[in-house]
Amino acid sequence: MIELRDVSKIYQIGDERVHALDHANLHVRPKEFVSIIGPSGSGKSTLMNIIGCLDVADAGEYLLDGMPIEAYSENDLAEIRNRKIGFVFQSFNLIPKLTAEENVELPLIYQRVKKSERQTRVRQALEKVGLEKRAKHLPTELSGGQQQRVAIARAMVTNPSLILADEPTGNLDSKTSGEIMRMFQELHEQGNTIVLITHDNDVARQAKRVVHILDGKLTEVTL
Amino acid sequence: MLSVKMALRSIGANKLRAALTMLGIIIGVMALVVLVSLVDSATSSITEEVSSLGSSLLTVRVSDDKGRPVKLEDLQTWVDQEPAVAAVAPYATTTATGKYGTESASFNVYGVTPDEYKIQNMQLTLGRFIASSDVRNNSRVCVVPEKTAVDLIGYSDCLGKEISLNGVKYAIIGVLKDEDESLASILMGSLKIAYIPYTSLVRLSTDTGATVSTFYIGAAEGYTLDQAEKVMTDLLMTRFDDDDDAFAISSQNMIEEAMESISSLLNILLGGIAAISLIVGGIGIMNIMLVTVTERTREIGIRKAIGASRRTILVQFLIEAVVLCMMGCALGIFVSWGILQIISTITASASISFHLNGRVVLLSVLFCFLIGVIFGLYPANQAAKMKPIDALHYGG
Repeated sequence: MIELRDVSKIYQIGDERVHALDHANLHVRPKEFVSIIGPSGSGKSTLMNIIGCLDVADAGEYLLDGMPIEAYSENDLAEIRNRKIGFVFQSFNLIPKLTAEENVELPLIYQRVKKSERQTRVRQALEKVGLEKRAKHLPTELSGGQQQRVAIARAMVTNPSLILADEPTGNLDSKTSGEIMRMFQELHEQGNTIVLITHDNDVARQAKRVVHILDGKLTEVTL
Repeated sequence: MLSVKMALRSIGANKLRAALTMLGIIIGVMALVVLVSLVDSATSSITEEVSSLGSSLLTVRVSDDKGRPVKLEDLQTWVDQEPAVAAVAPYATTTATGKYGTESASFNVYGVTPDEYKIQNMQLTLGRFIASSDVRNNSRVCVVPEKTAVDLIGYSDCLGKEISLNGVKYAIIGVLKDEDESLASILMGSLKIAYIPYTSLVRLSTDTGATVSTFYIGAAEGYTLDQAEKVMTDLLMTRFDDDDDAFAISSQNMIEEAMESISSLLNILLGGIAAISLIVGGIGIMNIMLVTVTERTREIGIRKAIGASRRTILVQFLIEAVVLCMMGCALGIFVSWGILQIISTITASASISFHLNGRVVLLSVLFCFLIGVIFGLYPANQAAKMKPIDALHYGG
């Protein structure tokens, strides 16, 4: 599913070379629910960008569904993100001008799915996150938890190989966080592969498998 | 279609800014459409007026007669033979000193045949025009415009009075109605005019021969001037051994041609100025699109993260710029239409109607589209080439 082999990413900050990722190795099998935990500055975001095909590693190999990502152009990567990866961000990242259903519809538009099919799939996705009644609302008219649920609906509407969540509960209170985490559990039970990045131990522990990241190095944690 | 809707929504999200940006395009389109339409309407009105003054004529000049000079009788034969040719009138003129009693004035004397009356759309107020018999007999008769009669004799009812031209007496047999407001009369000022038989002019003037070197042709009803011209060309080609340098046929509407060249010059000039203001409007669009792209960096990041390709983003912002431009264009055309309506109402009495020129509307639509594409391309490309991670983390 996900196969990182000796992946390195180096940033040049002034005269210093920072190893955001230092020969990181990770293997995620299909239908796995993996948490990646680490303090800020540990290379979490870099790892997430590389797994999410938003950025390309400087060295090493990254195979997503058996395909080496390095070989692809920018447009190919956009297509891969569109079809294989569903993102859930800390700050929700919904487009403020678009309603909930339009936000969910957007990745399907980029896939050139027919309108009638788009409508059914959007409705199903919103039903799954329990927001079918809020379909016509703008993000600003929704609470944080609801916005994140819209984001989850957007992430799964394309039936991606991988749902990639970056601190999905970071901006939410503990009660709403609980709801969101239950939603991830459900998604996991339905057979989705989930990679969740967080700095919060409580959140991380809800996954079956936890990987620790520090100074760009990954280590498995057994709970 | 969907992307146009999205573009409209983005534009609608910031109405004041969109309106101000469009203002540049609106003013540019207005300048282009209104100015060119004004020039065009004015030109066509004036040309119409000019052509009503008798420019439905062809002028034929024979420069080399090849030993077969054109005689007056030939002209009559052509009229009889050719259905397309309604009238043929020789053209000869001289200046002479005209006297009546103690009054004297400088005269433009025209040697004419009866056809002149038809060709020049003359109208008599009194008496008759030069007849064929007058031409045959070199009669000493003349026809004068009313104004000439009043100026020289003192009154217009002057049939039978004799005026002397270069000392030879000519009896007035007809008085012509003055051409009112004619451009010719304005150009000629207070010049006195007399029409005498062509044959009489040959005697009066030393430089007019018995052969005709210049003559007018009028097209018959139901025939165009071009058809008459073709008939005449064929005829003269046969007569002058297929030598097209021997004669020249030109339509008499020099004023029309001059008007045309003036108006096309004006159109280019005004159109150019308007085009510059449109380009300035386009720069405004580019400016605001750059601001929009920066403002929406995060949105671009989100779109890229969920799978928008470079092209999708480029097209999205390009469409937005073009839609903005086209909205400005449509508004500009609408306002121009209003302005032209108002001008038409104000100038209703001047018998010039100002209307939207379809060609210039089409041109401005195309031009606006081009401006939208050209000035939208750079901002759209800026948006498209953003890296998704940089864009996602922008300002957040």
